[in-house]
Amino acid sequence: MKPGQLGQVVRRRLAHAVPVLLVVALATFGLLKLAPGDAVDVLIATGGGGDAALAADLRRAYGLDQPWPAQLAHYLWRLVQLDLGYSFVHNRPVSHLIWERLPVSLLLMASATAFAVGFGIVLGVSAGQTPGGWRDRLILSVGLVLYAMPSFWVGLMLILIFAVKLALFPVGGFETAASDLTGIARVLDIAWHAVLPTVALALLFVSVYLRLMRAGVVEVASADFVRTARAKGVGATRILWAHVARNALLPVVAMVGVQAATLLGGAVVIESVFSLPGLGRLAYDSVLARDLVVLLGLLLTSAVIVIAINTVVDLVVAALDPRVVAR
Amino acid sequence: MVDQALSRRTVLAASSVLAAGPAFAQAQPRRGGTLQVAYNTEQRNLNAAMVASNAVFLVASKILEPLADAVYGGVGLTPKLATGWNAASDGLSITFELRRGVKWHDGRDFTSADVQYSALEVWRKLSNFGRSVFRSLETVDTPDAHTAILRFSRPTPAQLIWNALPDLTAVLPRHLYEGTDVAQNPRNQAPVGTGPYKLAENRPGQFVTLERNAEYWDAGKPYLDRLVFRVMPDKGAISAAHEAGQLQLSCFSSVPLADLKRLQSLPALSVSNRGYEASPYHALIELNLRRTELADVRVRRAIHHALDLPRVVADVFDGFGTVGTGPVPTTSQLFYTTDTPRYGFDLARANALLDEAGYRRGAGGMRFQLKLVPAPWFDYTVLLGDYIRQALRQVGIDCQLQRFDAPGHLQAVYRDHQFDIATGSPVFRNDPAISTTVLYRTGTPPGVPWSNQYGYASQAMDQLIDQAAGELDPIKRVALYHQFQRLAMEDLPVIPAVEFSFLTVADRRLRNVANTPRWAMSNWADLWLDA
Repeated sequence: MKPGQLGQVVRRRLAHAVPVLLVVALATFGLLKLAPGDAVDVLIATGGGGDAALAADLRRAYGLDQPWPAQLAHYLWRLVQLDLGYSFVHNRPVSHLIWERLPVSLLLMASATAFAVGFGIVLGVSAGQTPGGWRDRLILSVGLVLYAMPSFWVGLMLILIFAVKLALFPVGGFETAASDLTGIARVLDIAWHAVLPTVALALLFVSVYLRLMRAGVVEVASADFVRTARAKGVGATRILWAHVARNALLPVVAMVGVQAATLLGGAVVIESVFSLPGLGRLAYDSVLARDLVVLLGLLLTSAVIVIAINTVVDLVVAALDPRVVAR
Repeated sequence: MVDQALSRRTVLAASSVLAAGPAFAQAQPRRGGTLQVAYNTEQRNLNAAMVASNAVFLVASKILEPLADAVYGGVGLTPKLATGWNAASDGLSITFELRRGVKWHDGRDFTSADVQYSALEVWRKLSNFGRSVFRSLETVDTPDAHTAILRFSRPTPAQLIWNALPDLTAVLPRHLYEGTDVAQNPRNQAPVGTGPYKLAENRPGQFVTLERNAEYWDAGKPYLDRLVFRVMPDKGAISAAHEAGQLQLSCFSSVPLADLKRLQSLPALSVSNRGYEASPYHALIELNLRRTELADVRVRRAIHHALDLPRVVADVFDGFGTVGTGPVPTTSQLFYTTDTPRYGFDLARANALLDEAGYRRGAGGMRFQLKLVPAPWFDYTVLLGDYIRQALRQVGIDCQLQRFDAPGHLQAVYRDHQFDIATGSPVFRNDPAISTTVLYRTGTPPGVPWSNQYGYASQAMDQLIDQAAGELDPIKRVALYHQFQRLAMEDLPVIPAVEFSFLTVADRRLRNVANTPRWAMSNWADLWLDA
């Protein structure tokens, strides 16, 4: 790809990003204002109770006594200054909260995507080589079963089998609590903890990618250029990977961009089941606590992540298929 | 309760005799070890002087200590930061002798100035329940470093203060809080106290680690080196971690009800409902008296008669509960009375009362329709809603279920009063004046959770509550609360359906589990792990 094209892709994406982020901010704000109850209700209730004066004091301190347009304007103004605000529920700046949780979510997302894409490609190619054969049918059936299983259930089953019965992996957590591990030992510890949640989150997507890949392989295998390659005497393996798989890969890569958002959403359940301190759980807790500022910050962060991933996906697609940029 | 405590001691004695056989040395507490504890509902504020709630105490009570804590038997109190206490006969002052040689975790001396500051600036002004108990606290005199005299502007029953000591008197270090905004003080996330354990690390979303305080005033204790509270929001994961041996303790029923039978059958684990006697809950059925039909006491009594509560205890609570008989739970030795009106399961009587009130069965056999809003606080309060709906159909009351998440429920029931029947789960905190009479007294503005949101207003009741709140003579005060219980059950604005508490799942090697009536909220200085 030429440098000019790269710049074009990035520019196009960024131009889209601003209105997307604005819509995300407005929609989240509106939805949360429509939900019954506010952060002070929850703060007082989780504190075991309190009187009306305490509630009024807290509402004043948190600016919840202001009319909603004032709250929104205030929030947007701070956002323009790249300030995500301060959470009174957590007593900390929102950016700190998000920054602290981001690595966990990114690690989970990256490892699950790698797992799903890797297995999806291998299984899809394997199934697509002999459409209708026993291997194809077996892989497709397994894929269907994986697709039908809800991820929280898969998570609990993995825990039950691999953590409780076989005791191969920890039940949950990001790393061994208070282990004092450092360096490579800590990295290995984190990786060991990440295995089960990665598999639980990725299994559903394996089936999606394998179907896309299989369909691509079947379609491309009968294309003229493949026949030409075969006629030229190119080896079967080279035809499969360099010609068939490379072309069949395009929809898979495009799908990664689409599913980045789904992965962030699906992680809420997996993060709860595996006691992982990621963004998904922070979002869930923030909804229950009506912690508007944190939720807005999270959704904006997620939107930025999704936009970034889609930009990368566009670049990869362009590299795989130079025709795309021209469009 | 006396019987329970006695039988409990007998059981303990018996089990120690059994253990004493082959390995007598085992009874000697073993030093060392790390305890992994489930931390199901993570708290952002660990300032126990400000927020008296179970989940806060679970972690914070090991770091911050109250003046005295609860024990089984005797007067029910054991000295912690106070070694002695004495009330003046006029009810205007209480003198506390404070423990000597106590140090804060940062090395400073603990003195009466800390108690003075905590009482005046935190208990009286910021604590959710302390605000009412210490309402008339005027000053705290500190004649020397180890004496604090609380002075009240109006006579305050000493009995109430004694009952409030365990929950509402955690002492904060003055030198770290004075001159700051207490609610925003960073020490709320990293408390410094005088307790047997000190905070080592608080990693939000993951764990809170506490370390043994080698300088603890009770020399030799605590026995454990480390407590790790692991944030685990999923109850299924907690029971799996128990099963895998990766967790030694979970309190406050942190495992799914459906898993209990399986966990009980595991030889490595013990499941028990002991250690929660000081904070029993009521599964409450709240009847909105603003609704014409429910304003008629005959209808409210009919609803009570339509409920088969022993069956609810057996089916909904899996037997871990008792049928409620009034606003004060049976576990309160001091205040409970059996002499209250009862409304046993009797469909004929329920139907007759409803007919008498003028609500005849109409089309489809239904008399009228009610909006039923079950509280999301516990599985129990949700399931109870399902039961009420079925039970009331039998007597011709058609309930429409409406469910909310926590903030939605708080707004619908406590602020907007948009309900006809709601379920709830108030806690009895040792004394009716702390969190129970507020359920029956008028005058609480809308929006305050766990108050009289169903619009019950009775002059006789208000007078009785106020009279008891100012009664200095403990015997007379108890008698007034007996009257309070009778009147509450006669008028029946709420039905205290079932008393329940929590379950603890513990590794069997843990010793001294559940040995006080508020054990999960106590300091665990004597807890140890057998080899």
